Amino acid sequence: MKEYIIRLVYVEMLGHDASFGYIHAVKMIHDDSLLVKRTGYLAVTLFLNEDHDLIILIVNTIQKDLKSDNYLVVCAALNAVCKLINEETIPAVLPQIVELLAHPKEAVRKKAIMALHRFYQKSPSSVSHLVSNFRKRLCDNDPGVMGATLCPLFDLITNDVNSYKDLVISFVSILKQVAERRLPKAYDYHQMPAPFIQIKLLKILALLGSSDKQASENMYTVVGDIFRKCDSSSNIGNAVLYECICCVSSIYPNHKLLVSAADAISRFLKSDSHNLKYMGIDALGRLIKISPEIAEQHQLAVIDCLEDPDDTLKRKTFELLYKMTKSTNVEVIVDRMIDYMNSINDNHYKTEIASRCVELAEQFAPSNQWFIQTMNKVFEHAGDLVNIKVAHNLMRLIAEGFGEDDDTADSQLRSSAVESYLHILGEPKLPSVFLQVICWVLGEYGTADGKYSASYITGKLCDVAEAYSNDETVKAYAVTALMKIYAFEIAAGRKVDMLPECHSLMEEFLASHSTDLQQRAYELQAVIGLDAHAVESILPSDASCEDIEVDKALSFLNDYIQESIEKGAQPYIPESERTGMLNISNFRNQDHHEASSHGLRFEAYELPKQTVQARIPPASLASTELVPVPEAMYPRESYQTTTVPSVSSDAASTELKLRLDGVQKRWGRQTHFPSTSTSNSTSLKTVNGITQVDGSNTANSRTRETYDSRKQVEISPEKQKLAASLFGGPSKTEKKSATGHKSSKPSSHMVKSHAPKSSMEVASEKTSVQQPPDLLDFGEPTVRSTAPSLDPFKDLEGLLEPTTQVSSAVNHSSTAAVTKSPDIMGLYTETTAGAHHKDSDILSGLSKPPMTNMVGGTTTMQVAQSSKGPNLKDSLEKDALVRQIGVTPSSQNPNLFKDILG
Amino acid sequence: MGIRFILMVNKQGQTRLAQYYEWLTLEERRALEGEIVRKCLARNEQQCSFVEHRNYKIVYRRYASLFFLVGVDNDENELAILEFIHLLVETMDRHFGNVCELDIMFHLEKAHFMLEEMVMNGCIVETSKAQILTPVQLLEKTS
Repeated sequence: MKEYIIRLVYVEMLGHDASFGYIHAVKMIHDDSLLVKRTGYLAVTLFLNEDHDLIILIVNTIQKDLKSDNYLVVCAALNAVCKLINEETIPAVLPQIVELLAHPKEAVRKKAIMALHRFYQKSPSSVSHLVSNFRKRLCDNDPGVMGATLCPLFDLITNDVNSYKDLVISFVSILKQVAERRLPKAYDYHQMPAPFIQIKLLKILALLGSSDKQASENMYTVVGDIFRKCDSSSNIGNAVLYECICCVSSIYPNHKLLVSAADAISRFLKSDSHNLKYMGIDALGRLIKISPEIAEQHQLAVIDCLEDPDDTLKRKTFELLYKMTKSTNVEVIVDRMIDYMNSINDNHYKTEIASRCVELAEQFAPSNQWFIQTMNKVFEHAGDLVNIKVAHNLMRLIAEGFGEDDDTADSQLRSSAVESYLHILGEPKLPSVFLQVICWVLGEYGTADGKYSASYITGKLCDVAEAYSNDETVKAYAVTALMKIYAFEIAAGRKVDMLPECHSLMEEFLASHSTDLQQRAYELQAVIGLDAHAVESILPSDASCEDIEVDKALSFLNDYIQESIEKGAQPYIPESERTGMLNISNFRNQDHHEASSHGLRFEAYELPKQTVQARIPPASLASTELVPVPEAMYPRESYQTTTVPSVSSDAASTELKLRLDGVQKRWGRQTHFPSTSTSNSTSLKTVNGITQVDGSNTANSRTRETYDSRKQVEISPEKQKLAASLFGGPSKTEKKSATGHKSSKPSSHMVKSHAPKSSMEVASEKTSVQQPPDLLDFGEPTVRSTAPSLDPFKDLEGLLEPTTQVSSAVNHSSTAAVTKSPDIMGLYTETTAGAHHKDSDILSGLSKPPMTNMVGGTTTMQVAQSSKGPNLKDSLEKDALVRQIGVTPSSQNPNLFKDILG
Repeated sequence: MGIRFILMVNKQGQTRLAQYYEWLTLEERRALEGEIVRKCLARNEQQCSFVEHRNYKIVYRRYASLFFLVGVDNDENELAILEFIHLLVETMDRHFGNVCELDIMFHLEKAHFMLEEMVMNGCIVETSKAQILTPVQLLEKTS
């Protein structure tokens, strides 16, 4: 019989159903033979889950076996208890298990502890009164029982750290004894004393010591001892070392331990074993939170891992990069992530990396334009996997633009967004979320800059609605976008003729099963029938950012209510005081849920409520009487219903208000501008990989130089470049304060040459420029050497003579490859009048060299660069050009300088 | 819950032993095994012994024709699990004497008994070979 049951186990293992034989396994646990009994228990634990019908038949046997004199029988039953007892049957065996905790055999005590652990996992309340038993068993004479007890304690401590702080001393002393080889030799593994117990203890200590200085201080000595004792030549030694690093990075930081941890990490990273590299990267990711500077020395190892063909290692490295992202290296990292995201097709990981890209981009984006481009890429490749909120943020960003008072930049941003979206629409299959963004942007700004005609945009929108005809949300967005475009056209006084496909589309939607679509279609019809003035007030162009004030108290209705009450109407009873109306409120909740899941929030702050209410007769006025619930379908309607003294409207408006607030916080970037702006300007240089030239302080660059020169032979320039752009961060952020002052600017300009800051001779300038090719070969050394260095003082002189500059500007605009330069120059010369603008000019002047490389480094530009006077002008041109065509992902926000300079 | 499952799979991808510490239906098991076996068998010696799969990691080690795969939570110490696999193999080695795939095939229940002693509720509870093997040997003697 035993053989047959084992065959059955095989059958199941190979993926075939063997349920016909389960009952025989259950019968087998009654057998008198010990081996057969245990095999029977094994089979039932493999076959059945805890909710299986046959469990009832087993519980009785388990109860009997737990009382057996033979400890092997008890152990077999306890194994089954761990696997098969569910919440309801816990009380049936619990008393016996508790008795077994004092069993003379250590194996039984161990298994009884684990059974309690299992009960704790299943239902913590069932064993909450028995927690003291775990503490008692920690002092068990048998190391096996003690080791097993660590498992439930680990879980308990994870859930509630503070109740177990008193055990820190015990854990530390146990760990000390283990490390000093006080345990029986049988627990040794590869000459390490009980490594698995050590690891478990270190995990527990990490939990207990996290942000607790007092508890951590007790641990320092023992952790330091283990660091010293660990044999780093064996795998298990490294496993314990790794656990030590995790512990050190979790507890209150101690300098000595951090140094040991950093040493261990560098040993891991330098090892040839991929396993150790993996552990090293992981450990680095943990330690970097406490001491960011240790990343610096491992940069090349990290790059190696990033480019390793091993997918696991690569992912781990991305995780590390994610942890060390700053505003200075975000572009490089996110670009890499997106590239990687495109190359994989594992949806689970794709979702994860997409959400990380989004998170990093939101947190550190150097410019809005870059953010939009990045988001486009993410949406295009993983659109269905990202959260809808991200799309809303993107729309919001496009709508709000850079800031309050820079309209030209805003409209540039928008038209570039429109352009890119029109281009992207050509792609065959786009994710729904991305289409929603596209439709909204096209509707809002498609015709704003006059580049595209209304009929062109509407044609595109109709195409979208047709091509994705099974996606109602997209269709709804498209209809609303159409409505906006027609409204803008009417408001501008132009005659609107609907495209034939648009007509047919509308007819289809008017008969749509979706009330939402139907309503939108009716609204569109109604809007088109109105005169210009009315339309203007319904859908004012570019009003999406205007705040809508919601009178939550509905004070404007007071008169009306007063009047009604005087006429004998029932006063309003708050919802909480009403009874028997539960179903209605439920209904309402449901609707709200639907509204939010539809994600049509943007409409809420787009339309001024009063006018809408007045002008759109057909659908919205349906919401006048008692139960306005269905109209809460999407947010705009809930605003309209504010005119009605109903519960729904009130609740709806608060909800909307809340949501807006949340978004505001998410987008609190404006407030950060002053602090991040300088690093933004340096990160622009980072893109071109010339970080060394202008963005690092002396000390850091020296260390890096030595490191580089040592390894120079075998390291390709691309890697160094990448390393520089990834790790150049910390040094540059330190420089933040310096960039604001023009006096310190020149010094940072020639840091590479290690010249003392006071010496500003042209000679040192030259070396500073010529040196970088030695260190990092960035492609165009010849061009660079012919281009003379920028002398900041000369630049200043040039600035003091604006007239000559302007005249030369005209000359050069003819040679330079910049077509629009005259107008832009005009713009800029106007602004340079203010004295403080010199600073911003210098900034742009300094950022010029990388830009030239980027734009194309045409010879005309190089010529322009060689003459010193008009340098600034050229740089301005290029800056403006770049900003306009949006070539650089990092084109700066003009507001940056305003922020710096006051 | 640290360890989610332990699998032994041969080079052809046939499962030789499977122990799950969380309940999966037969279908789920089959799909999971297929996926991860394909993933792990495709890797070479130089690559690291860890593979991320869905929301957990797989630590694997190869002994001749047999692969040992252990699925663990994300915060588990991978290197320790790798050594745990070796400890398991050493333990079986001590019992069977130069353990091979056939030993596990023909003494499936014993391999399971050893695992039951070493791992409970997904936690490593016993690492002393003597302690692990005593009950197994006693069982043998009684029958």
